[in-house]
Amino acid sequence: MTTRVGVVTFPGTLDDRDAATAVALGGAQAVPLWHKDTNLNDVDAVILPGGFSYGDYLRAGALASVSPIMKSVVEKANEGMPVLGICNGFQMLCETGLLPGALTRNRDLHFICRPELITITNTKTAWTNFFQPGAELLIPVKNGEGCYQLTPESLAEIEAKGLVVARYQNNPNGSVNDIAAIANEAGNVVGIMPHPEHAVDGLVGAGVDGLGFFWSIAGVTV
Amino acid sequence: MHLVEKIIVEVMPKPEILDPQGRAIQGVFNRDGHGAITNVRQGKRFEITVTGPITDQLLDEVEELAATVLSNPVIESYAIYADEGEGE
Repeated sequence: MTTRVGVVTFPGTLDDRDAATAVALGGAQAVPLWHKDTNLNDVDAVILPGGFSYGDYLRAGALASVSPIMKSVVEKANEGMPVLGICNGFQMLCETGLLPGALTRNRDLHFICRPELITITNTKTAWTNFFQPGAELLIPVKNGEGCYQLTPESLAEIEAKGLVVARYQNNPNGSVNDIAAIANEAGNVVGIMPHPEHAVDGLVGAGVDGLGFFWSIAGVTV
Repeated sequence: MHLVEKIIVEVMPKPEILDPQGRAIQGVFNRDGHGAITNVRQGKRFEITVTGPITDQLLDEVEELAATVLSNPVIESYAIYADEGEGE
């Protein structure tokens, strides 16, 4: 049975179409979801795509994190449903508390849009099980508030538990410990600041290194 | 003239959190010769207008919102107080 991956559109979401295309290229079926929905339409997994939900008002991801659909997403995520938050979606996952930490204004205040090399450091998640540990990927970053921060105690905890999923090789935004992606302890929820869905077609992207995230999810859920 | 009941919520980045906006503002001040300014932190102020008198229950309700929505406890702290003044 084909894995059904919900892709949520919020007002101000930009990357829902790219995410849906990437899901399909990965071999799963993309199911559009709307921020006012509470019914997840029996999807096996959910992607929270990038963009500027609710105009980034208040804080990036803050208002999206209290939208009707996110109540259902949080509930299902706590039951083990895989959720991938990309960029603005990562910000939402931190705002809901599904992932620790927060994403703040880039160190140099610039919006950064360019491919960056990242190293995969955790292959036990629902979204990275396709990769080998230490895999190097070229994935576009595209953010103004991508500086990942958390308290020293929380940082020590996620490092000790191996929850860092990917690190930048050349930290573009000031994130602590070069963190580009993290997971929850169960490994079903992953937040990533670079955009794997923009690296799935060699004709229009930096390469196809992002496909592994979508192959991972197409293979892990029934 | 009538009484305007407002609850004020002020949100600030925590001291240990890098505030690049505040730092940029400080840099401009220093560049323009204001050498006495050693630090600038940028925060937010919310003015929340309510109907009826500000009760403890209402303050608690808004404090819950301040703690969970208006501020992010990972990076921000907040202060909340009632502002019962004459308005327009």
